[in-house]
Amino acid sequence: MNGVRVLVGTRKGAFILTSDEKRKRWKVSEPIFPGWEIYHFSGSPVDPNRLYVSQSSGWFGQLIQRSDDGGKTWQTMGNKFAYEGIPGTHQWYDGTQHPWEFKRVWQLKPSLTDPDTVYAGVEDAALFRSSDGGQSWQELAELRKVKSELWQPGAGGMCLHTILLDPQDANRIIVAISAAGAFRSDDGGESWRPINNGLKSQYELPDPDAEVGHCVHNLAMHPSKPNVLFMQKHWDVMRSDNGGDSWDEVSGNLPSDFGFPIAVHAHEPNTIYVVPIKSDSEHYPPEGKLRVYRSRSGGQEWEALTRGLPQKNCYVNVLRTALAVDALDPCGIYFGTTGGQVYASADSGDSWKDIVRDLPSVMSVEVQTLP
Amino acid sequence: MIRVILPTHLRRLANTERQVQVPVNAPVTIRTVLDSLENTYPMLKGTIRDQNTLQRRAFVRFFACGQDLSHVPTDDPLPDSVANGSEPLWVVGAMAGG
Repeated sequence: MNGVRVLVGTRKGAFILTSDEKRKRWKVSEPIFPGWEIYHFSGSPVDPNRLYVSQSSGWFGQLIQRSDDGGKTWQTMGNKFAYEGIPGTHQWYDGTQHPWEFKRVWQLKPSLTDPDTVYAGVEDAALFRSSDGGQSWQELAELRKVKSELWQPGAGGMCLHTILLDPQDANRIIVAISAAGAFRSDDGGESWRPINNGLKSQYELPDPDAEVGHCVHNLAMHPSKPNVLFMQKHWDVMRSDNGGDSWDEVSGNLPSDFGFPIAVHAHEPNTIYVVPIKSDSEHYPPEGKLRVYRSRSGGQEWEALTRGLPQKNCYVNVLRTALAVDALDPCGIYFGTTGGQVYASADSGDSWKDIVRDLPSVMSVEVQTLP
Repeated sequence: MIRVILPTHLRRLANTERQVQVPVNAPVTIRTVLDSLENTYPMLKGTIRDQNTLQRRAFVRFFACGQDLSHVPTDDPLPDSVANGSEPLWVVGAMAGG
């Protein structure tokens, strides 16, 4: 089919929303894996029918599901995520050292070139890779040697939640961890270094310029300019023009620079989107107005996008993996809320319409543009 | 054959009936029953017990013959009526919530 397929993960199952390229009429699937938490639901850019789901539950743990037919049928894949060697310890909430314990998979990032290669970002924070379509998983363990004794769990847990793959350099992988910061490998995951120079966490860390420990919420990159990175930190929206070697704040005129997701327009590398949230303790939009903010200058100057979004009495949150773009022209922007709405814009954010309003709380949104 | 009753989510995951039967050679213990269950239904690996430590997941319970066997050592023999197939071993998702 031509059009888009929106992959939605919620607290109680996965959903597939489909439309043609006009993006006006939508079909909403029945729940997939009903009753399970779906932290992430993503598709291979090489083979759009290859889908991966992170399925978990407080009762029955973590599962990985794979579909090879666009979500019609599923097979349960490997779910053994064993840390390499002796897992060691990291900093716990009370300042003591706490042993590493696998809890769940936050992100599944399929390779840009091979449908059988997929990366998994997990809690307690680590990066795993599968080269056999999710049947077995191996840790890229050098990451956890980068001052990991100083990493500490954020309120949502100590999770590796964001994985960026460089389309121009197959050896470059960038990840973000709460609360440890951003890290980069330039050799395919063999070695890593922190890339947090310029981040300031004056309310969260005793040393606001610490090398690790920052609560990075999300990262975004445009494929045509992989050295330009955008970051939504706990507080502050940041930009790097050198692959993360240094960062500058670009929060500018945002009503709040706290938030979770950040995304880049599919065709305009300098057009970025955030959803400001009031504060770290009040996880809802400022003034009860759900506003996406767009900057066409790569930050600093922001405009509120409100048409079609509730502008009063709105107290939902938008989680870090719940904002995505399609590759059509004009670019489509999509986000899901903790209130169960999935909103779509088919005009780069100028206007919005809900695709569906009453799903379970939305945890992730990814979009596939189908040929 | 040992009878095992699965909770709804695991029954759906294994694409099976609520009650399954698995072959277990003596001794019939929680460990040997789970070994056979996971061998027959590999998609259940990690859902009842941790794959690395083999520890029961915190919110999973084992019931049989009106008793909670969740805290019984996993190598202890199960009751005769489970071992001879007249009673099932229940795998239960624990009450959790408010």
